[in-house]
Amino acid sequence: MNAATRAEICVAACADAWAGDGEILASPTGLMPTLGARLARLTTAPDLLLTDGEAYLLADAAAATDAAAIEGWLPFGRVFDMLARGPRHVMMGASQIDAFGNQNISCIGDWSRPRSQLLGVRGAPGNTVNHATSYWVREHSPRVFVPEVDMVCGVGQDRAASGPASARRYHDLRLVITNLAVLDFGAADGSMRLSSVHPGVTVGDVIARTGFTLAVPDRVPPTRVPGEQELRLIREVLDPGRRRDAEVSSHE
Amino acid sequence: MTIGEAVAQITDGMTVGIGGWGSRRKPMALVRAIARSDLRELTVVSYGGPDVGLLVAAGKVKRVVCGFVTLDSIPLEPHFRRARRDGLIQLTELDEGMFRAGLSAAAQRLPFLPIRAGLASDVMRVNPELRCVTSPYDDAEELVAMPALTLDVALVHLNRADRGGNAQYLGPDPYFDDLFCLAATRRLVSCERIVPTAELVAGGPLQSLLLNRAMVDGVVETPRGAHFTSCVPDYGRDEEFQRRYAKSAATDESWAEFRRRFLSGDEAEYLAQVDALAGAEQ
Repeated sequence: MNAATRAEICVAACADAWAGDGEILASPTGLMPTLGARLARLTTAPDLLLTDGEAYLLADAAAATDAAAIEGWLPFGRVFDMLARGPRHVMMGASQIDAFGNQNISCIGDWSRPRSQLLGVRGAPGNTVNHATSYWVREHSPRVFVPEVDMVCGVGQDRAASGPASARRYHDLRLVITNLAVLDFGAADGSMRLSSVHPGVTVGDVIARTGFTLAVPDRVPPTRVPGEQELRLIREVLDPGRRRDAEVSSHE
Repeated sequence: MTIGEAVAQITDGMTVGIGGWGSRRKPMALVRAIARSDLRELTVVSYGGPDVGLLVAAGKVKRVVCGFVTLDSIPLEPHFRRARRDGLIQLTELDEGMFRAGLSAAAQRLPFLPIRAGLASDVMRVNPELRCVTSPYDDAEELVAMPALTLDVALVHLNRADRGGNAQYLGPDPYFDDLFCLAATRRLVSCERIVPTAELVAGGPLQSLLLNRAMVDGVVETPRGAHFTSCVPDYGRDEEFQRRYAKSAATDESWAEFRRRFLSGDEAEYLAQVDALAGAEQ
């Protein structure tokens, strides 16, 4: 079997975010988190609940679009109930994210008249103060990893710490996974720390592509390379059309 | 009730809630009628899709209350983006769950409902009128007091209804159409087909009867009335047309052309233009 590509390493890293999560709802946003959540369900987190992105819960992680493979119903209203109750781990995108994991998907520039209106806050404020949250960033760059975000949608570590206790109570930032690296919030002050770099990426590359001072341990291991069974699942079952290659190139 | 009679119930400055979600099961026939009307200064409350974009582009909107505006398959709504960039509208930006809490509070005639969402986020900064409330019980938790989103009018689109206002969704998700109706003073339902009550009840499981007639003031039959948004199982989203709509945001000229072609006649003329376009493309 051919060696794992960067995209496949990213899928496995996304999957690892849900490893051991048990019987909770995985809510991935976008292709790589979706492939990751399905891979986790087929390997390390067999009890995960997965949706089709609409209102169905999937009985079979390998047959995402097969209407016959449904195990339940989860319309938006039920998602809201579940997220407030807590058994959920979301992996959102970020147009901007700062050292403490404050995330922005709303707009770029001054909120009152933004240079670029994006999606809006969506469910990010509620997600982050209610249950586990991770992020996927497709292009690790100083444009995304900024000193200060323009609009705090997803609540970061410092905001949660200085807010009311009710904002901290269920706040649970886990991982930030990018095309270059995996980061966690393990620095002494709760800020972002480099956890691993993908094979072929140096610590210097990540530092150069991050717009704030990143906590870097003395030794940074390489990100785990998926094994043969995982590669087979990614290549033959989850993404035979290789859509992942359009998301993360192997030559960066 | 006709589309015209429904829209005649709306007056300048009203707060109008619009059901559906993103580019899914939006009451677009009613939205188009508003876009063609002389109405102005509306506050639009919506899990936003092209309903918001179209009304903003048509100059009908003073304020948008939302958690997002998206076309789903086209993530960013270009007309809304343009209006925000140009400072043409006011915005009340809320977390999706806060939005539901606001509708629920209005539906229950409560001034607010407590919710954790919003705490420590910039939703509190950009909506300085929002307040927190402290639990009077031993936990003493501080929570956002989400104020009621009380609506003058709710507009929703369902698959089937009877003349009395009992209405049914046949797709996978009710969205929050029932809550929009409960939160509103005047409740207007458009539907693909008006059918006799017995046929309505026989047409799906009882749970699909989302609205009862006490929640509804008027019913309008608007076949393809959610076009170009999805209204499954009757039809899916018209992606080709949606792309055309999105492209019309490029310049003043392209929007004027779209408006001239698709919004200068009535709903029948709109559908005729849509069909002529689809025929020409084949």
